[in-house]
Amino acid sequence: MIVSKQKPFSEILASLENISRVFLIGCAKCATVCKSGGEEQVWRMQEDLIAAGKEVTGSMVIDEACHMLRVQRDLRAKGEMVTAAEALIVLSCGAGVQSVSAGSDRATIAALDTLFLGNIRRFGQFEQRCSLCGECRLNETAGICPVTACPKGILNGPCGGMSEGKCEVSPDAECAWYQIFVRLRDRDGRPLSPETTPPKDFSKLVKPGSLTLER
Amino acid sequence: MTSPLHELLAADRFAVTAEISPPKGSDCGEFLEKARALRGTVDAINVTDNQGANMRISPLAPAALLVREGIEPILQLTCRDRNRLALQSELLAAAAFGVTNVLALTGDYITFGDHAAAKPVFDLDAVQLLQAITTLNAGRDLAGTALHGVPRFYPGAAAAPEAEPFELTLAKLRKKAAAGARFFQTQALFSPEKLIRFGEAVRPLGVKVIAGVILIKSAGMARYMNARIPGLTVPQELVAELDDAPRPLETGTAIARRLVATLRPHCDGIHIMAMGKEELIPEILADLHRGD
Repeated sequence: MIVSKQKPFSEILASLENISRVFLIGCAKCATVCKSGGEEQVWRMQEDLIAAGKEVTGSMVIDEACHMLRVQRDLRAKGEMVTAAEALIVLSCGAGVQSVSAGSDRATIAALDTLFLGNIRRFGQFEQRCSLCGECRLNETAGICPVTACPKGILNGPCGGMSEGKCEVSPDAECAWYQIFVRLRDRDGRPLSPETTPPKDFSKLVKPGSLTLER
Repeated sequence: MTSPLHELLAADRFAVTAEISPPKGSDCGEFLEKARALRGTVDAINVTDNQGANMRISPLAPAALLVREGIEPILQLTCRDRNRLALQSELLAAAAFGVTNVLALTGDYITFGDHAAAKPVFDLDAVQLLQAITTLNAGRDLAGTALHGVPRFYPGAAAAPEAEPFELTLAKLRKKAAAGARFFQTQALFSPEKLIRFGEAVRPLGVKVIAGVILIKSAGMARYMNARIPGLTVPQELVAELDDAPRPLETGTAIARRLVATLRPHCDGIHIMAMGKEELIPEILADLHRGD
């Protein structure tokens, strides 16, 4: 899922300087799970905005804010509530914000910062395991991603900062290559491959990415 | 032979290197004075590259100035601040200036330094950078295109002989050697045991070992390094010795001098990190009988 967190309220207010009427949009998927843009957060945002002297014309939590057609349809369904607003405040990831900004002629204000593609460790605890790098090497690294788990994302073993299996950047964290080394040894009974992994091919990642499935 | 350092090590003669940080600013006067003072004392001078992720002048400029002075530089090059285009073009520029020794490094992480908000690059890692150097030496760039003017680099790499687990460290060192590293300059060492284990492991790879000795200027510095510098542990008895010392810098110098003598039989060279006190290097090396 996409992990996001709310911007400081003061920052949101600052982007509403000349705006008094707003409509609020949350997302029922990722932003709900990480408690940044679900029903509860939309409701709290509404309370805070009213307390700050803003008029809230209405709100909705879209099933998937990244779904562009659905967002357009849902905005139309809210009709006057949306048109009465000067700005739409979106509590979803950056993808959702842009579904809204593309699907409406109203000013769009992002209320969240989008952080990473996260695994859920337990309720309310998220960890980045995948960097969406476009060239998956997990089959060679015992299912642990060094592109993500290593702050430097290096592909050929630990850097000189590894000490007692710990990472130089976060000494409480295990070095990604130590994790890989241990798992290969204990699970597969083999050492790190002596083969040098070549540099990554960033041409596979030219932005903006797009994918169209063949029918 | 690609460089006098290469020649020295290839002839199994003992090499002495030392590192000097380039200035934060464009005035290399003090840097050059320190380097000139070491002429005849050390064989080559490492020019550090934005050491500790702190922004300084590119090491290429001071390295080129050293060449002009007839002093041999070892250009340190990290993957932290440059992508593969910048690394290769920096290397070609170094070659044009007559710089031949290159120490290929991954680089300390960017948040340790004075530009913590900057984008870390790490397009290549140290192994891939060594491969790039080997490729340039063979007359091609990483895209396979022929070079007009082929460099002749003598590539080296860093090693942390005390880092555990050693088997994991060694796996990386083997890749560095396979990628073209011809010498290792090690992290600071404080006892010969780990150096002996390290030497036995890497010698079959055909790589020369230059053992690192750091000048510990005070007990405070020792404690700081133990807490903050990965892969480096100052033994408690040395910390205590510095704690009890009326003049810690003198004691630190004596410790470094002792370490040089202790490590000497187990390596092909010594690398002194004097941490700004380069004027003490001749004293640190006073007992070094180089047998040539």
